[in-house]
Amino acid sequence: MNTVIFRTAAPYLTALMVVFSIFILLRGHNDPGGGFIGGLIAASAFAIYGIANGVAPVRRALYFHPITLAGFGLFLAGLAGIPSLFAGVPFLTGLWTFPHVFGVEVALSTPLVFDIGVYFVVVGAITAIALTLEERHEN
Amino acid sequence: MIDVNPTILFLLSPFLAALLSPPLVRLMGASAAWLLALVPLSVFIHLAGYVPQVAEGEAFTMGLSWAPSLGVNLSYYLDGLSLVFALLISGIGTLIILYAGGYLKGHKEHGRFIGFMFLFMGSMIGVVTADNLVALFIYWELTSITSFLLIGFDHDRMASRRAAIQALVVTGGGGLALLAGVVVLNLATGMNELSLILNSGDTLRESPFYLLVFWLVVAGAFTKSAQFPFHFWLPNAMEAPTPVSAYLHSATMVKAGVYLLMRMNPVLGDTTVWETVLPVFGTATLLVGTLLAVRQTDLKLMLAYTTVASLGLLVMLTGFGSEKAVEAAVYYLFAHALFKGALFMVAGLVDHESGTRDIRRLGGLRKAMPITFAAAALASLSMAGLPPFVGFMAKEEIYAAIAAGDAWSMAITALTVIGNALMLVIAAAVAIRPFLGAPVETPKPAHEGSPLLWVGPVNLAAVGLASAILSATTNHLVISPMSSAVAGSEVHAHAAIAFHIGLPLLLSVLTIALGVALFWLLPQLRYAMARALRSIGWGPDHGFDQFMSGLVALSAAITRIIQNGRLEGYMTTVFLVFGVAIWFSLYNYGELPDLPQFVAPTFYEAGIFLLALLGLAAVIYAHDRLTAIVSLGIQGFSVAVIFILFGAPDLAFTQFMVETLSVVILALVMTRLTLDKTDHRPFGEKSFDITVASVAGSGFAVLMLAVLQVPFDPRLSEFFSAYSRVVAHGRNIVNVIIVDFRGLDTLGEIAVVMIAGLGIIALIRIKGRQPRSEAEG
Amino acid sequence: MEVYLALLVGCFFIVSIYLLLSKYVIRILLGVAILGNAVNLLIFTSGRLTREVPPIIPEALQVPAEATANPLPQALILTAIVISFSFFAFLLVLGYRSFQDLNTDDTDNMRFAEPVDQLPPPKGY
Repeated sequence: MNTVIFRTAAPYLTALMVVFSIFILLRGHNDPGGGFIGGLIAASAFAIYGIANGVAPVRRALYFHPITLAGFGLFLAGLAGIPSLFAGVPFLTGLWTFPHVFGVEVALSTPLVFDIGVYFVVVGAITAIALTLEERHEN
Repeated sequence: MIDVNPTILFLLSPFLAALLSPPLVRLMGASAAWLLALVPLSVFIHLAGYVPQVAEGEAFTMGLSWAPSLGVNLSYYLDGLSLVFALLISGIGTLIILYAGGYLKGHKEHGRFIGFMFLFMGSMIGVVTADNLVALFIYWELTSITSFLLIGFDHDRMASRRAAIQALVVTGGGGLALLAGVVVLNLATGMNELSLILNSGDTLRESPFYLLVFWLVVAGAFTKSAQFPFHFWLPNAMEAPTPVSAYLHSATMVKAGVYLLMRMNPVLGDTTVWETVLPVFGTATLLVGTLLAVRQTDLKLMLAYTTVASLGLLVMLTGFGSEKAVEAAVYYLFAHALFKGALFMVAGLVDHESGTRDIRRLGGLRKAMPITFAAAALASLSMAGLPPFVGFMAKEEIYAAIAAGDAWSMAITALTVIGNALMLVIAAAVAIRPFLGAPVETPKPAHEGSPLLWVGPVNLAAVGLASAILSATTNHLVISPMSSAVAGSEVHAHAAIAFHIGLPLLLSVLTIALGVALFWLLPQLRYAMARALRSIGWGPDHGFDQFMSGLVALSAAITRIIQNGRLEGYMTTVFLVFGVAIWFSLYNYGELPDLPQFVAPTFYEAGIFLLALLGLAAVIYAHDRLTAIVSLGIQGFSVAVIFILFGAPDLAFTQFMVETLSVVILALVMTRLTLDKTDHRPFGEKSFDITVASVAGSGFAVLMLAVLQVPFDPRLSEFFSAYSRVVAHGRNIVNVIIVDFRGLDTLGEIAVVMIAGLGIIALIRIKGRQPRSEAEG
Repeated sequence: MEVYLALLVGCFFIVSIYLLLSKYVIRILLGVAILGNAVNLLIFTSGRLTREVPPIIPEALQVPAEATANPLPQALILTAIVISFSFFAFLLVLGYRSFQDLNTDDTDNMRFAEPVDQLPPPKGY
């Protein structure tokens, strides 16, 4: 798998896949997709990058340790439930607002924040698993 | 804000004090005891406020709901019986906390010890005031556990550990019997509150459950109150520091059994079995206790055995079956708590200051420890049953209650006289031997202890004297309300110190004469008892050891069989049970599905099913790891295609990604493992495993077919479809369910994903342990 | 249609249980992976099957126009897939580590927690 073509293409492929994963994440509420699937796609992107160019560049590119990302995601998901408490409804009840940004109606909601949390947990945990194993493999 | 009766807070306050004790003692040292003793004192004073009303025959119930749907409430009941008990516990508790402050001064776990004492105090107050049966049971077990902690306080010594375990096994076992009794009592009466059950004695006595309840309650009470043949744990519990012996094992905890019997007297009493079993065991315990006490030379052990004897006396009186006997029991219980608590503290004080508890090595301490001697003298005069002490009145009441012309009463009276005479012997030995006579050289030069140490015994002994002199007040405020509660009807006590010429006085004189005579013969008596015990050679205490080692051997044998260390054995058991359970219940209850109708699938559906089957078969037959990985991938991707075909694009997507990643990490790990991929199972084992797998697997298929033949209940799915867009603004119903409708579930699930990731990182990073064989070789 | 899937689920279970009954860690792991799929398919099928209509509401409507596939089992399975994958990975690493540390992949020889020469429990206190 260590061909020049693969090594050269891998960073672009990874970047494309991560962008695609964010697209999948954001459209998830209305079309097939969502945090779980998006997260899996991004995680496989990083796994591919790791296989092609080694784990160290991936870790550099991610900057944070992947499990930190997962922790952040879990925190975000939990946080998404808090506003509903102030609104006097049960924990994690969805709250919506539809502001107009540059004339386009944008749907912002706590479920969206929650889904982003899910995305981060899945990306973080699974990338952590894959990278740890790849690292093991390299040695 | 919940409306809480302040009394409940007082009843629970010792638990708070338990938390505060360790830091306070660390901060202030032994003097923290003065501060901490305010807690039980305030409980005492608060509860004393109830006395006038309770003396007029009122009873109070109060409580918090706990699990109302189960009929379990944290409810309390204050009547004559529980109030007097609670007053004794908090009053003596105040003095004991002071005493414990002085006794363990400088011990490195001093704060922990006082904390345990408070835990116990809170539990014990709970036992006697609980109204709800379940609350009663929980408090009851809490006293067993705290007693375990306190007996085993010096856990460096084996004797201490053994005594602690023994006490826990015996009283805990009794507690289980009590739990069963509580359940059956609820079945029989349909009630959970003692205050209600007390009025349904007639229903219960006629109920077929009566005997069962009786024996279960008696088992709980007898183990807790150390009745023969369960008496052995109490003397062993003397391994505990003396404050524990004085508080738990004389004045309070061991009386929980007596309390239970007294509490149940209006409900379970007044039957032949009650009036036979209780006196027989009680009298036996009285005799065994006093005879064994005579044999001892250790101050604490002598007192411990007389405690056993006194408990026997109380049980006998409770079961004797007359109001007079109940009144006598109440009197004796009151007197005993005062003098025995005081004497234990004296014994500890002597031990603390002189360095020994062996009466053969003590003597002439009266000059060195005058205050202690005064307390000892007052308390033991009361124990000996001499006027003008409350012990004397108790004894008069006992004789007045049980002396009668019939053979049964005469036998019990005779045995009681012997028991009381021996009690007098011990009282004399405990008070006279260490203090009077020529001074004997002791391991430590004796001198008076600190006020923390003597304030307890002096006060208790003084109350013993005062309550006898003010007998009219005692009768009105303490004895009458408590006796009424025990008897279940109004009782008026009239005891006084004045001599009534009659049979009781005669019996008292006889007791004293016999006691004095036996006291002179004490060394010979002790020798004779020791020989008799040696010739028997076996006792329940030894039996306990045999029981415990038998239990350990049995559990080891069971573990060897059940937990044999063969994983495939465990798995086979699990799946065999699973398969048989499915098939048997489907067959047994006539739920086997009808033969289904096979509609031909489309060709691509058929194709994908076949592909999945092919993948499965290839996994089994794979002979190298690459084949195994690839075939695992095949069945996984087939599942993804099945999801697509049946309208689940989200699932298909996820499944594709997961299968890809699975293949990747499998490839990463498997290349590191040099595993032989051929199946090593011999033919016989293989066919057995196939049979087990087929039974269980086909069970799932049949169950599935049976489920599919039942009409589907679409309510939940329709709810989600109907509200997904309207309420949650999402058109992808699956995603809406995940992030909105069932968001809390998802939160838990992503936490699991993250924990798995953390676990893997930890597993990889953890330093490898040397393989067992190499480490040993 | 459900009938075939029920039978297929049975086959998944048979294969996974057969693998789980093996002594060898790798086979057990393969069994676990298949068991996850078996259970997911079981849940999927018991929610009844609808061909090719995903549970997505069209842009113009507030509720689905026609009968769609049952969304509830799908939501349950989606998270289950990810969780079973994480745990499969965990078990894989666990098996790998135990192979490294214990030098065997035969569960009969993995006697660290339940040693063969287990001492009898103490009879004292």
